[in-house]
Amino acid sequence: MARASGASAGQGLVPALSEGPRVRAALIVVAAVFFLFFLLLPLLVVFVEALRQGLAAYWAGISEPEARAAIRLTLLTAIVVVPINTLFGIAAAWAVTKFNFVGKNLLITLIDVPFSVSPVIGGMVFVLLFGLPGLLGPWLAAHDVKIIFAVPGVIIATLFVTLPFVARELIPLMQKQGTDQEEAALMLGANGWQTFLRITLPNIKWGLLYGILLCNGRAIGEFGAVAVVSGHIMGLTNTMPLHVEVLYNDFNFVASFAVASLLVMMAFATLVLKTVLEARAAWKLPTLP
Amino acid sequence: MVKSLTKRFEDLIVLDRVNLQIHDKEFIGLLGPSGSGKTTLLRILAGLEVADDGVVEIAGRDSGTLSLEERRIGFVFQHYALFNHMTVFQNVAFGLQVKPRHARKSAAAITQRVRELLSLMQLKAFEDRFPAQLSGGQRQRVALARTLAIEPNVLLLDEPFGALDAKVRVELRRSLREIHDSTGLTTVFVTHDQAEALDLADRVAIMNRGIIEQVGTPLEVYDAPQSPFVFDFLGHTNAFDCIVRSGKAYVGEKELPLDKTIRDGPAVAFVRPHDVLLAPADGRQGETGTRLPGTALVRFISALGQRAVTELFYERRLIEAEITRESLQGLDLRVGSKCTISLRHLRVYPRREAEQQTRVAERAAVRPRKRRRFRDRLPTLR
Repeated sequence: MARASGASAGQGLVPALSEGPRVRAALIVVAAVFFLFFLLLPLLVVFVEALRQGLAAYWAGISEPEARAAIRLTLLTAIVVVPINTLFGIAAAWAVTKFNFVGKNLLITLIDVPFSVSPVIGGMVFVLLFGLPGLLGPWLAAHDVKIIFAVPGVIIATLFVTLPFVARELIPLMQKQGTDQEEAALMLGANGWQTFLRITLPNIKWGLLYGILLCNGRAIGEFGAVAVVSGHIMGLTNTMPLHVEVLYNDFNFVASFAVASLLVMMAFATLVLKTVLEARAAWKLPTLP
Repeated sequence: MVKSLTKRFEDLIVLDRVNLQIHDKEFIGLLGPSGSGKTTLLRILAGLEVADDGVVEIAGRDSGTLSLEERRIGFVFQHYALFNHMTVFQNVAFGLQVKPRHARKSAAAITQRVRELLSLMQLKAFEDRFPAQLSGGQRQRVALARTLAIEPNVLLLDEPFGALDAKVRVELRRSLREIHDSTGLTTVFVTHDQAEALDLADRVAIMNRGIIEQVGTPLEVYDAPQSPFVFDFLGHTNAFDCIVRSGKAYVGEKELPLDKTIRDGPAVAFVRPHDVLLAPADGRQGETGTRLPGTALVRFISALGQRAVTELFYERRLIEAEITRESLQGLDLRVGSKCTISLRHLRVYPRREAEQQTRVAERAAVRPRKRRRFRDRLPTLR
């Protein structure tokens, strides 16, 4: 194909994997158009809509009490969920990659369940468990514990949905690293805790941070599962994504897009951090031959 | 000291009632092909694996009851297992820094000890480098220094030279021997390279399929291999089928000298290529040895350096003979010419193939479909 394009004329041999200039240009144009219409424009629309009536309206949109409550709840959820799932992810990855035990494959499969089922089902499961007609519902109601249509429900649903991120990031990494270095540390007299802190953790830190970022991004942005359990109580159980939806359905476009723009900025910050981390990780750990 | 050690992975028997006595300050090599169980034995000695049966005793005490501190075992891993995120200095200091507070030296003393070790291993210039910035030989020396830092009584090395190129290998062999001699360590190392084991060790234990076939000094095992496997594993081998009748071995009608009594039946005579002597086909007696009837056809000659390797057809089988260049010229041999063969230093073993076949079959019965996660990796496959 490269030869047919005529690029080789007068230049001698063409590398086997190079394309002619016309093919290249076509591919670039396709990619650029796609990028423009499906990635850049939608993001721009969010900001344009949010600022349509000026900065004051934008500010009003994100500073009204309900919006502030939604922001607070989203941040609270992330602050609770991310550390718990980080700990779980490290523990699960550690167990799965450094030890052999019965039911290990089952555990690996189970970790993926939140990824493979629809988030709506994730939310439904908890309604069926903790809701009034559910399994534990009557008992909870008798003890005056509110989970569904309350903040705990939002947090539990988010926990469920974001559970696999850290573990999924760490398991392949730790599998690749094997147990040699841990064994070496043990032979040198280190105890289990020292081995973990001084050998395992430094070896996985970039992957771990990446997993935490992904987990955080999803915790902030989760809609489906949270929508089922939250009950959309304005100012109480509305997270930012739910708040955006409520405002939009009320034809309050400016406020809706204003809150949405915050989500976009959070996501963007996550992506930038991720890129920085990836670059650092690549620089920090030159691959061994 | 190892007593009746057995290890199974799933249903695969990796070590089968292994006994081995290791003396104080001894330098011992565990030699065997991959899959023979030598690395597993070493890992059990280290306490990294647990035997299903049997005990490891150190100075008369069951090592399972000893703390790591009391065992004082240093282990050098096949691929060194250096801590990639630490500098050379930090790697070597690790074992000193993780000691419990009451046993730990001061930071200054640790620094001094690490510097000593680094200069001993000629690594002084590299203390701030990371493992990824070192050559294979340097990494090996870091691994050794890191292990020596905890002042072990016993040093265990898993294929210590496996990942190095030939020249560095020989250099490091020498320096390992010097370290052993100067520190009074007991050293056990695993290798699949017979030259390395015979060159380096005081005694060699040759392992095959989970059992130790023979233990002895390098000369003992080389000169008096107790089994066909040992003979075959320690060097090139020619095998002749023969028959033992009333205490005498025969190839055709020709009687072979026997060094020990063997029960009657089919047997195999093993002889090294340099013990195959060639003489002109015209009947002139060349050198001493047991002359075989008939003549052989020269099929191939490879003359490299002082020695010439010839391949001969004899009785429908290939024989390898190693002779000097001079005698090659004296015999005027070339491809297609004929000569007679004499054998010396041959060893006759009862034909164990049949026996071994049943052993394989026995094992196959308990062996799972696939080999699981075998620890003996081929070190050359890098």
